[in-house]
Amino acid sequence: MARLNPTNIERAREVIARYPQPRSAMIPLLHLAQEQDGHITDDAKAHIAELVGVMPAEVHGVSTFYEMFKHEDVGRYLVGVCTNLSCMLLGADELLAHAEDKLGVKVGGTTPDGSFTLEQMQCLAACGGAPCIQVNYRYFENVTPERFDGVIAALSAGTDPEGQAVPPHGTLSRVSLPHPSTDADRERPQEIHS
Amino acid sequence: MTDTSAEQKTTVSMTVDGRAVEAVPGEMIIAAAERAGTYIPRFCYHPRMRSVGMCRMCLVEVVGPRGPQLQPACYVPVAEGQEVITDSPAVKKAQDGVLELLLINHPLDCPVCDRGGECPLQDQTLTFGPGETRFVEEKRHWEKPIPLSSLVLLDRERCIQCDRCTRFADEIAGDPLIDFVGRGDHTEINTFPDQPFASYFSGNVVQLCPVGALTAEPYRFKARPWDLEQVESTCTSCSVGCRVAVQSSGNRITRRLGIDADPVNQGWLCDKGRFDYEAVNGDDRLRAPLSRSGDTLGETTWGEALGKAADALAGARDRHGPASIAVLGGARLTNEDAYAWSKLARVVLGTDNVDCQLADGLPAEVVLGLPHATIDEACEADTVVLLTADVKEELPVLYLRLRGAAVAGATNLVELSATTTGLTRYATTSVRYRPGEAAEAARQLVAGGAVTGDKVVCVLGRPSLAEQPDSVIEAAGVLLDAVPGIRFLSGLRRANVHGALDMGLAPGLLPGRVAAADDGGWFAGAWGTLPETEGLGAAGILEAAAAGRIQALVLLGADPLADVPDRDLAQRALAGAGFVLALDGHLTASSRQADVVLPVVLHHEKPGTATNLEGRVTRLGQKITPPGSSRPDWMVAVELASRLGGDLGLETLDQITDEIATLAPAYEGITRAALAAAHDGLLAGRDDASAHEAPPTMSSAEHPEVHAAAALGETDIVASEPIAVRETPEPAAAKPPTLRHRPAGRTATPPATDSYSLRLVSSRALYDEGTLVQHSPSLAHLGRGAAVRVNPAELERLGVTDGAQVRVSSSRASLTLLVAVDEGVPRGVAALDYNQAGPGAADLIDIATAVTDVRVETV
Repeated sequence: MARLNPTNIERAREVIARYPQPRSAMIPLLHLAQEQDGHITDDAKAHIAELVGVMPAEVHGVSTFYEMFKHEDVGRYLVGVCTNLSCMLLGADELLAHAEDKLGVKVGGTTPDGSFTLEQMQCLAACGGAPCIQVNYRYFENVTPERFDGVIAALSAGTDPEGQAVPPHGTLSRVSLPHPSTDADRERPQEIHS
Repeated sequence: MTDTSAEQKTTVSMTVDGRAVEAVPGEMIIAAAERAGTYIPRFCYHPRMRSVGMCRMCLVEVVGPRGPQLQPACYVPVAEGQEVITDSPAVKKAQDGVLELLLINHPLDCPVCDRGGECPLQDQTLTFGPGETRFVEEKRHWEKPIPLSSLVLLDRERCIQCDRCTRFADEIAGDPLIDFVGRGDHTEINTFPDQPFASYFSGNVVQLCPVGALTAEPYRFKARPWDLEQVESTCTSCSVGCRVAVQSSGNRITRRLGIDADPVNQGWLCDKGRFDYEAVNGDDRLRAPLSRSGDTLGETTWGEALGKAADALAGARDRHGPASIAVLGGARLTNEDAYAWSKLARVVLGTDNVDCQLADGLPAEVVLGLPHATIDEACEADTVVLLTADVKEELPVLYLRLRGAAVAGATNLVELSATTTGLTRYATTSVRYRPGEAAEAARQLVAGGAVTGDKVVCVLGRPSLAEQPDSVIEAAGVLLDAVPGIRFLSGLRRANVHGALDMGLAPGLLPGRVAAADDGGWFAGAWGTLPETEGLGAAGILEAAAAGRIQALVLLGADPLADVPDRDLAQRALAGAGFVLALDGHLTASSRQADVVLPVVLHHEKPGTATNLEGRVTRLGQKITPPGSSRPDWMVAVELASRLGGDLGLETLDQITDEIATLAPAYEGITRAALAAAHDGLLAGRDDASAHEAPPTMSSAEHPEVHAAAALGETDIVASEPIAVRETPEPAAAKPPTLRHRPAGRTATPPATDSYSLRLVSSRALYDEGTLVQHSPSLAHLGRGAAVRVNPAELERLGVTDGAQVRVSSSRASLTLLVAVDEGVPRGVAALDYNQAGPGAADLIDIATAVTDVRVETV
C-alpha cells in the first residue's frame, strides 16, 4: 500500500513511453495507483513524481483537482447518487435521503464495516435513465428505493447486483497495456476503458 | 497614429483611452499602457513572470470587429491599430465585480496583517472597488497560518489564488515545491505533505504576494509598513551585489526587499540575503573596544585600544621592519574602507603583506586581469563554461539568472565540476573531473567541441577548497587560448572581495587594478611612498606568522580559524603572531584570540560603495545608527595613521570616494555624481577593445550618463569640496595601465591516489557556520551539517550504510563524521561541505599540498 508494485511500475513505464513528455502520463498513473490501492497514497504520489520527473507537490496538485481521485480510503463500494436536474425531477433527493437511511451514513460517510461510501454526484450523463446511481462507477438506472435496497443487498451478499459485475474501486481506470498493433493504434496516446 | 510604413516600424502603434501609444511588439497591453502612464490594476500579472490571466483584475475593453470586448490586459499582446479602453463604465463594472468576488472569502483581518498598509488588495479596492459587498454568507475557513517552511507562513484565508508564488517557485526558482491543491472554493496553496517549501529563494514569494497570505517568519508582526523608513542599498552577503531596499523601524533593520535592478538581481533575493540582517541587529554585536589582559578580553576605551594597537604596530615596524606587519581580510569592507586600509598598509605601515582573501579564492591577477564579463553577457552568451563551486550554494541569485537563461534557451551551460551542482540539470554538457585535473578536463572539453559560439563566458571561481587553485587557473588559460574573445565572470563569493581587490588589498597590487610593478610613479607620487618589495599573500602571511616572523597581524573582519581552509595553519599563525588586532562587528573564534578588538560598523550602518563580481560599483545606504561606539573601518585606519605619525589625507568618506575616482585607473569616471545618477551602478575598468590604451576605462558610448554626470561633478562637487590629496601625482607620471593577465604554464599532475583513498572536494553550502548566518536566528539552524558524501559504490566497498559514522583521515587529522550516499559524487571522490558545525574540511586540508586525499573507514 504505497508505492507502485513491480507489476504496476512496469505498466507505468509503458504508459510513460507513449507520451513525448513523461509528465503527460501523470493522470493515467494516478488511475493506476488508485486501482492498486483503492485510493491514492502520498507514497504513490511521490513515486509517480519520481517516475515522470516532477516534484511531488505537482502530482499532489493535479490529483486533488479531480474529484474521482480519492485521497483517503473509501468503502469497498463507492455509491454515488446523481442529484442533478433530470434525476432530481424524478426523485433523486428522496432517493438520496433513502440511501442515507439505508446505509446509516450521511453523504461523504463510510459504513462502519467499510463496505459502502455514499456520495452525491453531479450529472452522470444518464438523464434518460434518471434517477441514476453509480457503484464503483458502474451505472444503475431508473433506480427506485426498492431497487436501491436490492443492489445494496446483493453487494452485501457478495453477488452481482442485477447481474452486473462490480469490480473493486479504482478498476474503472484500468490502464490498458499496449496493443500488439498498428501505427494508428500507437498514435492513440492511451486508452481507458471500463 | 496611422502609419503607412508600418512594416518598417519597430514599434506597434495603438491607443489607450484615445491617446496614441507606441508599444514594443510582443508585449502585453498592461505593460504598454503602464509605460505610457496608464496603470491598469492587477494582482497576478508580474513583469518577470509568465502571464496567466488568473485574477481578471486587469480587464479592459479592446475594440474588435464586434465592438469593445472585455479582455485581460495581461494576456492580450499589443497589435497595430489596437484601441484599448481602460476607463469605460463596462471596465469599471468588471473591476467592481472582480474585487467583490475576490473579497467574498477574504477575511479582512487587515488590522493584524503584515500587508496592511502596503497591500495591493487594499489599495486597489480603494481605487477601483465597489467598497461594499452583497455577500452575507459564511466565508470559508482554514487553519491559519500554516508553515510552508521555517521562514515562510501561509494564511490560506487571505489567498486570492493569483499563482504568483507558485509561478515563482516553478519558473524562476526551479523549486516547484508549492502548488494549487483542490479545486473550486476548496482551492488552496500548499506543499506536498511533510515536504516543506525548502527553497533558497522562498522569501521572494512573501514579497510577491499581492495580499498578506504569505508572511516571513523574521518580519511577522515586527512593524507596520507606515512606520518603516527605507534606503536603497546593495546586499553584501555575497558578491552578486543584489540591489535591496533596507527598511528599519526604531533603529533596527526590520526587512530587506529586492529591488529590480535589470542587469543584476531583477528583483529577486536569496533567503540568506533577505534575512541575514538579523545579524546586524543582534544583541551580541560588539559595542566597545576590547583589550586583552592575560587570558581575558575586557572592554576598554577607544583611546586606550587604539593606543595599544598603534604601539604594537609602531613597535613591529620600527624594531622588526614593515615586513613584520600583515593585514588579512577586507572583503566585509566598503571600497572606501578598503582603500583607506590599502593606503595605510602601504604608506604608513610600509607593508605589502595584505590580502583580502584567505587562501580561499584565486590570485588577484587572475580575478582582475582576465577580460571581464557581466551577468547579462553570461546570460546572452552562446556558451557559458562553469568552472567554479556550486553557483546555487555560493551565488544564489547568479544561479537564478543562469538557470533562467538556460531554461529559456538563451545560452548553453557547459559545466566542469568535481561533483554535480545545482546547475548540472540545466547544463547541456556536464563533465566531472578529479580534483587537481581541471586543466586536462578543459583541454578535452575544448577538443570535444563543447565550447561553441562567438560569445563565450567562463564563470571562474574556486571550485574546491581542498585543492590548490593552480589547475583551475591553468584551465582558464586553456580556455583563453582556445576560445577567441572569451570573457570571464568571477565566481568568488565573498561579499565585497572584488571591491577589496580593486582597492589593492592583495600583495603587489594597487587600487584601480594596477600591478605595483606597473605603477610608474603614479601611486608612488600620489601617496608619497610605496613598499619596495612585493609582500606575502594569505598563505604566506599565515606561514610567516606561524614561524614567528609576523609581529603584528591585523584581521579586517577576517576569521582565519573558520575561513582559511587549513585550520591547523590558522591556529599556529594566530598563536605565533606577536600581536593581533581584529576589527569586527561580532566576536569570532579568531577575534577571541586577538589582543585588541575594535568594534566596527556593518552594512546598513554606513554609506559607501561596493563592487560586485562583474566589477559593478554601486552605492551602499546607511539606514541605522551602529551599536555602541562602533566606527567605520576607514576611520580606524585614519586614526591609526595619525597615531603612527602619518597622515592618509583622508578626512571624510566622500573624500575617499573622490580620491578613488581620481587615482584608481579602473575607477576613472566613477564619481559620486555619476554613481548618484546611475540606478544600476557603473562598471569599473571595463576593458572593451582598446579601452585600456586610452585612460577612460568606460567608453562614453556604453555609459553616456557617466560622462554627463562627471561633467556635472566637475563644477558641482569638485569645486565646492576640493580633494585633499596631499601629494599630487608627479606631472611626469602617467596613469598606469590596468592589470592584464594570461595564465600559462602546466601544473604538475597530482599524484595518483592509492586504492584506499578518496580525493576530497570541499565547497560551501549557502547556510554554514559563517558569522552572518550564525548570528541570524532564523537561518542559524538551516545548515545541513557535516556529512561526507560518497558514491554508492564507495559506500558498498566500505560496507557501511547510509547515515553511519565513519572515520575520515587525512595527513592532518582524523575525524568521525556521518557518511551520506550521493549519486552526484563520482567514484574516487569524497565531498564534504566547508564550514558546517563541528570539525570538518578545514581540519583535514593542508593548503601546502596540491590536493587532499582522505581515507574513509568504518569506525
